[in-house]
Amino acid sequence: MRDDIFTKRRNDNLGFFALLIVLTIGSIIITKYDVMKGFSSISKALIWGGSNFYPDAESLRILPQILPKLQETVLMSIAATTVAAVFALFLSLAGSRTTRINRIFSVISRGIASLFRNIPLVAWAMVLMLAFSQSPLTGYFALFFASLGFLTRAFMETIDEVGNNSIEALQATGAGYFHIIFQAVLPASMPQMISWLLYMIETNIRDATLVGVLTGTGIGFSFDLYYKRFDYHAASLVVIFIVITVMLIEFVSNNIRRVIL
Amino acid sequence: MLFEESIKGWAQLGDSVKDNISVKSINPPLNKASFAMRAILLTLLALTIYFFFSLDYQGINVLQGFADTFDNFKTIFLHPHAHRFTLGEAFVNVVVTLGLAFLATLIGGIIALFLGLLAAQNLAPKHVTNFIKGFVAFIRAVPTILWVLIFAVAAGLGSAAAIIGLSFHSISYLTKAFSESFEDLDRSVIEALMASGANWWQIIFQAVIPSSVSYLLSWTFLRFEINFANAVAMGAAAGAGGIGFDLFMAGNFYFDLREVGVITYLIIAIAIVLEVASMNIKQKLQKST
Repeated sequence: MRDDIFTKRRNDNLGFFALLIVLTIGSIIITKYDVMKGFSSISKALIWGGSNFYPDAESLRILPQILPKLQETVLMSIAATTVAAVFALFLSLAGSRTTRINRIFSVISRGIASLFRNIPLVAWAMVLMLAFSQSPLTGYFALFFASLGFLTRAFMETIDEVGNNSIEALQATGAGYFHIIFQAVLPASMPQMISWLLYMIETNIRDATLVGVLTGTGIGFSFDLYYKRFDYHAASLVVIFIVITVMLIEFVSNNIRRVIL
Repeated sequence: MLFEESIKGWAQLGDSVKDNISVKSINPPLNKASFAMRAILLTLLALTIYFFFSLDYQGINVLQGFADTFDNFKTIFLHPHAHRFTLGEAFVNVVVTLGLAFLATLIGGIIALFLGLLAAQNLAPKHVTNFIKGFVAFIRAVPTILWVLIFAVAAGLGSAAAIIGLSFHSISYLTKAFSESFEDLDRSVIEALMASGANWWQIIFQAVIPSSVSYLLSWTFLRFEINFANAVAMGAAAGAGGIGFDLFMAGNFYFDLREVGVITYLIIAIAIVLEVASMNIKQKLQKST
């Protein structure tokens, strides 16, 4: 018996690794990925970065241009996340198994969440740009719709996790739907929801850079501009500011999480 | 600048909240956690309102913009049609994007496995874990698109830069996830093995990895899902090829919304398949352990 278990385990492992190797080779062929070039580019990029990709005294002159862009990007991410969270809260209450009013609402809100989450950010950005052109609104709505999809799923899972016990207890006392929502569901799931909200803000600041590169807005556009002009000193300064911002926000949210969770 | 504002706002908002609460005796006593939650929500609300007031609307009619966007999405979803490529070609490009995501996940996963071991507090000395955690936090703070563009200078635009750039974020994400699953392992198991004379590698391969393998796999697959979406974006923004590049050309170059529709449908279909697969893998692995 013991031998069987070990042979079976070994065969399972062998099968798994064989599958991995086949997939790896297939992927290398179809993406035309040059493995050696890929790894040698890391060291090349490090050497190049060390000799070119650092801010110099002259690049500091762009500070007055990039700081407002950075502020706009951060505010945009926060605003998109906050407004999306409000809508996501309603959608998730309608969609969660424990709090839904009826099946149809649940299916509709789950469908909206899944659709919005899976439409690629690139598609959102491009379609919105046709209507809103190169304004911060394009980036704002692209982030808003993508966040709405993600937060609805996250909130729905949070509400499901809170569990039926407290809801059933309140139902037994004859509490109405809104009492149950406000007295049991929301207080119990609020810390986790806020944690998701903070996570989404961090993610959105990084995604805002991508949307910025694509649509020509915010801090992403500043980077793209200097990058394409081969002004790497200025581009590196933009990267440093993004890194500082994201790390600061991560630091603040980690501290908040420690208090509320 | 912004943070000073938010901290200041936080303090002010916090005071007003406190006054409100003390009047109502029905509410639960105000502890630190619920105070922090109210404060953070009000701060976010204030910043959101400030954003909408400070925004440069450039004379754009928001309602009109929404109506246009709705019309565009109607074209995308109701009249998809491709004439610059066949469905077969589009499908091949989807597979290319999947390949980019797979390679990035594989490279990221292998490196993250080692970094995760070094970042787990029960397996490595404290200064090593702190160093690794700081390192991956830095990697995570740089957006993926910037990593790809930075590597593109050295490797040229193409799949190599995209895969290396994508795997950087995968390393950071998976190192964090892996080290947290390793830390869940009961300390007594490690101590028992240490007492029996097992060395570090034996502890890793006989206890740590077997006990967390199901978590490692489900995290890795989740990252594959994320990498697929990222690979689409890198195809569009960094010329990495695949379906993302087609999407970019159709949307930003030809302004052909019907073609965008075909591509969007394909991407959504793959994303939903991956999502369902990811959930199934999670359930199956949780059952088997």
